[in-house]
Amino acid sequence: MALPNKPAGELLAVRDPEVEEREVDILIVGGGMAACGSAFEVKKWSGDMSVLLVDKAAMERSGAVAQGLSAINTYIGENAVEDYVKMVRNDLMGIVREDLIFDLGRHVDDSVHLFEEWGLPVWKKTEDGKNLDGNKGQEVGTLKSGAAPVRTGKWQIMINGESYKCIVAEAAKKALGEDNILERVFIIKLLLDANKENTIAGAVGFSVRENKVYVIKCKTMMVACGGAVNIYMPRSQGEGKGRAWYPVWNSGSTYTMCAEVGAELTMMENRFTPARFKDGYGPVGAWFLLFKAKCLNGMGENFAASDFSKSELEKYAPYGTAAVTPTCLRNHLMLVEMKAGRGPIMMDTVTALATLGETMDAKELKHLESEAWEDFLDMTCGQANLWCAQDCEPEKKNSEIMPTEPYLLGSHSGCCGIWVSGPDEDWVPDHYKWGYNRMTTVNGLFTSGDGVGASGHKFSSGSHAEGRMAIKAAVKYVKDNADLAPALKQSTQELVDECYAPVRLFLDNCDYTTAADINPNYIKPDGFSMRLMKAGNEYGGGWATYYMTSGSNLETLMELYKVMREDADKLAAGDLHELMRCWEMRHRLTTVEAHVRHIHFREESRYPGFYYRGDFMGQNDAEWFCFTNSKCDPATGEWSCKKVEHVKIIPD
Amino acid sequence: MPSFVINEKCDGCKGGEKTACMYICPNDLMVLEPNEMKAYNQEPDQCWECFSCVKICPTQAIEVRGYSDFVPLGSSIMPMKGTEDIMWTCKFRNGLIKRFKFPIRTTPEGTANEYADLKGQDLNTGLLSTEEVDGVTLAAPKT
Repeated sequence: MALPNKPAGELLAVRDPEVEEREVDILIVGGGMAACGSAFEVKKWSGDMSVLLVDKAAMERSGAVAQGLSAINTYIGENAVEDYVKMVRNDLMGIVREDLIFDLGRHVDDSVHLFEEWGLPVWKKTEDGKNLDGNKGQEVGTLKSGAAPVRTGKWQIMINGESYKCIVAEAAKKALGEDNILERVFIIKLLLDANKENTIAGAVGFSVRENKVYVIKCKTMMVACGGAVNIYMPRSQGEGKGRAWYPVWNSGSTYTMCAEVGAELTMMENRFTPARFKDGYGPVGAWFLLFKAKCLNGMGENFAASDFSKSELEKYAPYGTAAVTPTCLRNHLMLVEMKAGRGPIMMDTVTALATLGETMDAKELKHLESEAWEDFLDMTCGQANLWCAQDCEPEKKNSEIMPTEPYLLGSHSGCCGIWVSGPDEDWVPDHYKWGYNRMTTVNGLFTSGDGVGASGHKFSSGSHAEGRMAIKAAVKYVKDNADLAPALKQSTQELVDECYAPVRLFLDNCDYTTAADINPNYIKPDGFSMRLMKAGNEYGGGWATYYMTSGSNLETLMELYKVMREDADKLAAGDLHELMRCWEMRHRLTTVEAHVRHIHFREESRYPGFYYRGDFMGQNDAEWFCFTNSKCDPATGEWSCKKVEHVKIIPD
Repeated sequence: MPSFVINEKCDGCKGGEKTACMYICPNDLMVLEPNEMKAYNQEPDQCWECFSCVKICPTQAIEVRGYSDFVPLGSSIMPMKGTEDIMWTCKFRNGLIKRFKFPIRTTPEGTANEYADLKGQDLNTGLLSTEEVDGVTLAAPKT
């Protein structure tokens, strides 16, 4: 057997990659729902401008919707957009950008109507209250023509969404043209203009299929590469690390790359630790909303309805006493039970299905069972397998639920992200707008989806619509600034050297030891990953401490991150896949550092159930009812945090 | 729940331009070993079990085995994806088999309307291109 001191991958990295330089007017970074929205919309406005979209995977199955979805969680339909804003505001404990949320709410349905036109099966409600799915749903008309969707909650509609992303990507690719798309190219760094201050001028990345670096100049850019996963130790640390609730390939690239060029971040303390079916992380929404299931504690009690829980929620008024309990406080109640030894927490699927079955015939009951399985098979296949492996039929056996490890995102029930301009309209407060909708504080740099902060609950449909909104504004930016002539500060060689530094470090040192993964001169990304996640879990309010942290714990953690930042320069890659992992680790580190910096800055516990500051329990509206923004000075790398005034636009 | 490739069934997509699983994996896990002409999952602990490789494999050579950290052995779920439906066969550890068929698409593949000829009219409003066509008026919030 040969000594294992050689790279293991199939696509080995070489010291000097090929270089391709490109110059386009508009660059789209990412390939998920938001980027697909931009791809669909851009050419409707851009005239003869050149456009390029760069995705690190294949658009047909990239991003958070890769696996499919069983519901579209944001469809306004018969509701008032103002009520949508109020729902998001309450769920996110009051501090949100109401301009962005309202703006999104008035556009989101247009994207949903397109999805249905493109071929996404949307369930419909008949006049006599029956559900029709698939092709049958179309017999009563389209959503756009006024047919009623099947609502699970006020804002959610059911779909047969296995091919959701394939359908949306198909329209995006056709609209943009295959020639204007680069797949399997990972953008690692954005580049500022050499002559114009605080202005975007390009990006650098590399192919994960061939040894090639891309240096791309552009006049404007829309960056949407999702949130951040595997930044805290997951509950499953073997093979199950991959069974993250949010897509495991989301590595914080959006936040890190934008922050590094000086884009202001907002509400980075916000995180999401969803309660999901234990280990498989299958969705619970349909079980709560469609099947009306209750959660039981270890004593068989519906604890959320107890007097004890009600008094616990009263501590967090007005959010805790609102008609709909915010997601973080629902978690909080569960954690209270778990910490008191009243676990495990079980989803009572048996009673729920039996109750529904009382008014159904055998055929309807069979369909109901199928709906329950489709909920998993459309979006979390592995949960279905876990049920099979546990011999769990939900009508016969209840399933445990548990809060996950923390995730950072801005499109689901979370709101960390980048501080962007709202629409340039009279009703939008002055400090919320600076000319171009969804533009960050860097000129010409736009974002959407998980990228936009303080504006959660967009989900798949809202992210698509926001990608469309952002790219229209980006086109306007280019038209308005005819003198843009992007010039890069760094030479092409400098950029190539930076990109391929992990490869050269590996090649220079790998022969020193007999096994490639253990070498005193470098660290491999999988080892670095465990170090990053362990530190966060122990000091930064991971599940290890029931999400509890404090100022001194966070300071300890930031010291650990500081050393990790030095060691990040020692990340080494023997093959192209590993090179991608090295850069993803750098992105994760900067993103989770921003998260921890924000938790440290905000001296209160705004989101009990997601995290707690033990030294500042409870909300402190008098001092902290404001946004917290942070900024990295791209020249010095120094970070600063500040409070930004919150404006309530929609009255209660 | 990492994907695995059945040795006997994988033909490396016959050395074609694309190896299907390698083309589709969102996390760049599936790779082709060019000498044996077989694909494999190069980083099983980063597998999201999205089944994209399973669904796309032309020889049904890819399946998944539950994550060793928490999934008992003996079960399986397997999709057969058509153009309009997907059929799942779910096999329990105790031998019970359930089959489900779900619709996936109401239009033929490749026909999504990209509105190729649509040109937006007014770049200065907040309206999206298809909203302009529909004559939508942009509402301000009731305050």
